[in-house]
Amino acid sequence: MDASTAFAPPAGGGRNLHRFANPGRFLRASGRVLPWLAAAGLLLTGIGLLWGLFFAPADWQQGDAVRIMYIHVPAAWLASGGYFALALASLASLVWRHPLADLAAAEIGPVGAAATALCLGTGSLWGKPMWGAWWVWDARLTSVLVLFFLYLGHIALVRAFDDPQRGARAGSILALVGVVNLPIIKFSVDWWNTLHQPATITLTGAPTMYVGMLWPLLFSALGFSFGFAALVVARMRAAVMERRIRALLSARARAEAA
Amino acid sequence: MNHLPYIVGSYALFLAIAGGFTAAAWVRLGRARRRLAAIDPRGSR
Repeated sequence: MDASTAFAPPAGGGRNLHRFANPGRFLRASGRVLPWLAAAGLLLTGIGLLWGLFFAPADWQQGDAVRIMYIHVPAAWLASGGYFALALASLASLVWRHPLADLAAAEIGPVGAAATALCLGTGSLWGKPMWGAWWVWDARLTSVLVLFFLYLGHIALVRAFDDPQRGARAGSILALVGVVNLPIIKFSVDWWNTLHQPATITLTGAPTMYVGMLWPLLFSALGFSFGFAALVVARMRAAVMERRIRALLSARARAEAA
Repeated sequence: MNHLPYIVGSYALFLAIAGGFTAAAWVRLGRARRRLAAIDPRGSR
C-alpha cells in the first residue's frame, strides 16, 4: 500500500484543490516555505518588540504600560484571524473533503488558542494598572473569552473520536457555528458601552495613533502573523509525517498478517 | 504606579508561550522526520 492512499482525493471535481493533497508534494512545498516564514516571523517580531520596548515613546496618559500593546494587539488580531483561518479550513473540509484541510484545522486550533490566551493574559496585565482590575465582564473581554472556549472546544472535539474523520467533521461544524462570535468581538466596543477602548486602527479610516507607535505595532503584527503561519505549517508537516507513519505501519501489519 | 512588573510579565508571557510552542513543534517535527526516515527513507524527503 502506498502511504499516499491515506490522502487519496475523492473521485470527481475539485482536482485543482486536491493538488496539494499529495503528502509528498505538500512536504516538499512546505519544506521550502517554512524556513522563510520562520525567519520573517523571528526578524519582524524582534524588530517590532525591541522598537516598541526601547525606542517608541510612552503614552501621555498610560505611560510605559502602553508597551504591552505591542504584544496584546497582534495577539488579539491573530486570535480572531486564526479562528477565521480555522473556519475556512473547516469549510474546505466539509464541502470539498480536502484531507489537508482537516489537518490544517486540527493544527490551527492549539496555536490560535495560544494566541487567544496570550491576548487575554496580556490584556489582564494591561488592565490592572489602567483600570485597577485584572478582569471585567465587559463585552470585548467576554467575547474573546468565548473565543478561547471555542478554540478549546474545537481542540477537544477533533481528538474525541476514535475515527479522525468523525472528529474532523464535528470540529468543522463547531468552528463554522463559532464564526458568529467574530463580528461580535469586532463590534462589541461599538455596540455596547465597554471599558475596553474602541479600535484605533481600521481598514477604512486613518489610524488615530502616533506614527512612532504605529510602525513598531505593524512590524510586531506582521512578525506575529508570519510566526503563526510558521508554527501551523511546522505542525502540519509533523502531522502529515505522523499520518504517513501510521499508514505505513498498518499496511506493513496487514501484509504480515496476510 | 510602577508599570514595569506588568510590562515584564507581558513580555515573559509572550516568550513562554511562543518559545514553548516553537520548541514543541521543533521536537515533534524532528521526531516524526526521524521515525519516517527509519520506516520509509523515500517518504522523509
